[in-house]
Amino acid sequence: MFYADGIVSISNLNKVYAGGFKALTDINLNIQSGEIFALLGPNGAGKTTLIRTICGLSNPSSGTVSVKGFDVVTEAMQTRSAIGLVPQELTTDAFETVWNAVKFSRGLFGKAPNSDHLEKLLRDLSLWDKKDNKLRTLSGGMKRRLMIAKALSHEPEVLFLDEPTAGVDVELRKDMWKIVRELRKSGVTIILTTHYIEEAEEMADRIGIINKGKLIVVEEKRTLMKKLGKKQLNIDLAGDLKVLPPSLSDFDLSLVNSRITYSYSTEKKDNGISELLEKLRDEGLGIKDINTQESSLEEIFVSLVHQS
Amino acid sequence: MNFRAIKTIYLFEMARMWRTLGQSVASPVISTSLYFVVFGSAIGSRMSDVDGVAYGAFIVPGLIMLSVLTQSLSNASLGIFFPKFTGTIYEVLSAPISVYEIVLGYVGAAASKSTILGLLILLTASFFVPFHIESPFWMLFFLILTALTFSLFGFVIGIWAEGFDKLQLIPLLIITPLTFLGGSFYSIKMLPPVWQKISMANPVVYLISGFRWAFFGTADVNIGVSLTMITLILILCLTAIYWIFRTGYKLKD
Repeated sequence: MFYADGIVSISNLNKVYAGGFKALTDINLNIQSGEIFALLGPNGAGKTTLIRTICGLSNPSSGTVSVKGFDVVTEAMQTRSAIGLVPQELTTDAFETVWNAVKFSRGLFGKAPNSDHLEKLLRDLSLWDKKDNKLRTLSGGMKRRLMIAKALSHEPEVLFLDEPTAGVDVELRKDMWKIVRELRKSGVTIILTTHYIEEAEEMADRIGIINKGKLIVVEEKRTLMKKLGKKQLNIDLAGDLKVLPPSLSDFDLSLVNSRITYSYSTEKKDNGISELLEKLRDEGLGIKDINTQESSLEEIFVSLVHQS
Repeated sequence: MNFRAIKTIYLFEMARMWRTLGQSVASPVISTSLYFVVFGSAIGSRMSDVDGVAYGAFIVPGLIMLSVLTQSLSNASLGIFFPKFTGTIYEVLSAPISVYEIVLGYVGAAASKSTILGLLILLTASFFVPFHIESPFWMLFFLILTALTFSLFGFVIGIWAEGFDKLQLIPLLIITPLTFLGGSFYSIKMLPPVWQKISMANPVVYLISGFRWAFFGTADVNIGVSLTMITLILILCLTAIYWIFRTGYKLKD
């Protein structure tokens, strides 16, 4: 279903805690149905507060938040029905079994029992053979998958994953990415917070960067990397060169151990590479090797956070 | 009304009782049996009748109340405190369930557990002392109403408590002394006049008195006053719970 303002719509949201700490400042954000939105930010930036507010676990101080067009404060029953939440902490009832835990979650959301759905979920998350195990016997990775199974047990349209792969090994992290992609294919809108930039780079359609409670950037991942990313051209010279010739002074170059590095913006139509190569040839400088290097999302993130 | 959610919480809480039968049922039944052995059979045989009732039988309602009050508090407070302590409360708070539905699930289960326990103690008592219940309907009514009221109170304690120490604070330091001094083992009329007056400030006196009236048709306090008192406590607990969920006290940021 299409929602004009997005399946999740946040307008002028502010959150001030009782002690006076301002956790969120004027947040405006629309998340479209079916997208994967990654929220990046350093510790204490406000990511979890934002998620908790959308899920109804924290009251907004001012502003509005709606899910599927319903207000999270005044129409909480409708919004909560649509949301699945996987919190950051591994919180489970140690003495329950895996099967009872997912059954409990589905029941809480008022859904009729559906053993087939729960079985599929547990199978998809490689937990089926553990269905009768007590939760205290599960490993950290299994508990994390169980949290996802619980959040999906009532078939939500919007899934919040708060640091879903924190403390998870590389293999399991890749499994999680696969699960998230499959969920998106089934039409679930996914909002995830992460510390792992590569996770956002790998999965997200759009990225929001939050720092000190302010949403400083919201952009399509590719656009963000294109707009703010810099590319570098590395030219390894065949001969020895100590000083750059004056004819190259118009270019943004650096010279280290006979390697010339040219930094250019990906936004400009004419990046100047052809001209630089021509000038090098004119100067009689032989080229041994050429490669390009793109700034990663991590570099963009660090630079934006420092600027804000 | 989200009946499925209420049922889910209720059954989840009741399952805890079946899982821990030793702790939740056997232990209070055994300790109450010991009271009957000591106060009912051993000491009771040397005591004179109270209001025309043999002492062994006289303490039956008081001992049931003692267990029902403490177990209602403990079941309900632990029921909500435990998910708060482990963090799993997020699931209940983010689910489409209203305050009333949450309370119905948790408090309903806690009250059911202590009502079952009260009836088990009644059954156990019948093995030790002979007694007759004058009004079984009112006995059951008082039992359920008390279980419900103190489960609501326990629910409030469970939300208020930040640690296990606070969880035990009110039941151990306030409720247990009030129950012992509320006429579990004696009639208020047996006290000197000044202590009789002081005892009237103890709300548990009214509960035990009303419950005993259902058993033997005699009471320390008028039955109407007992009913009014327990209704007042019930309203007080409901108001506290309404305020907690409206403000999000200790539940929401």
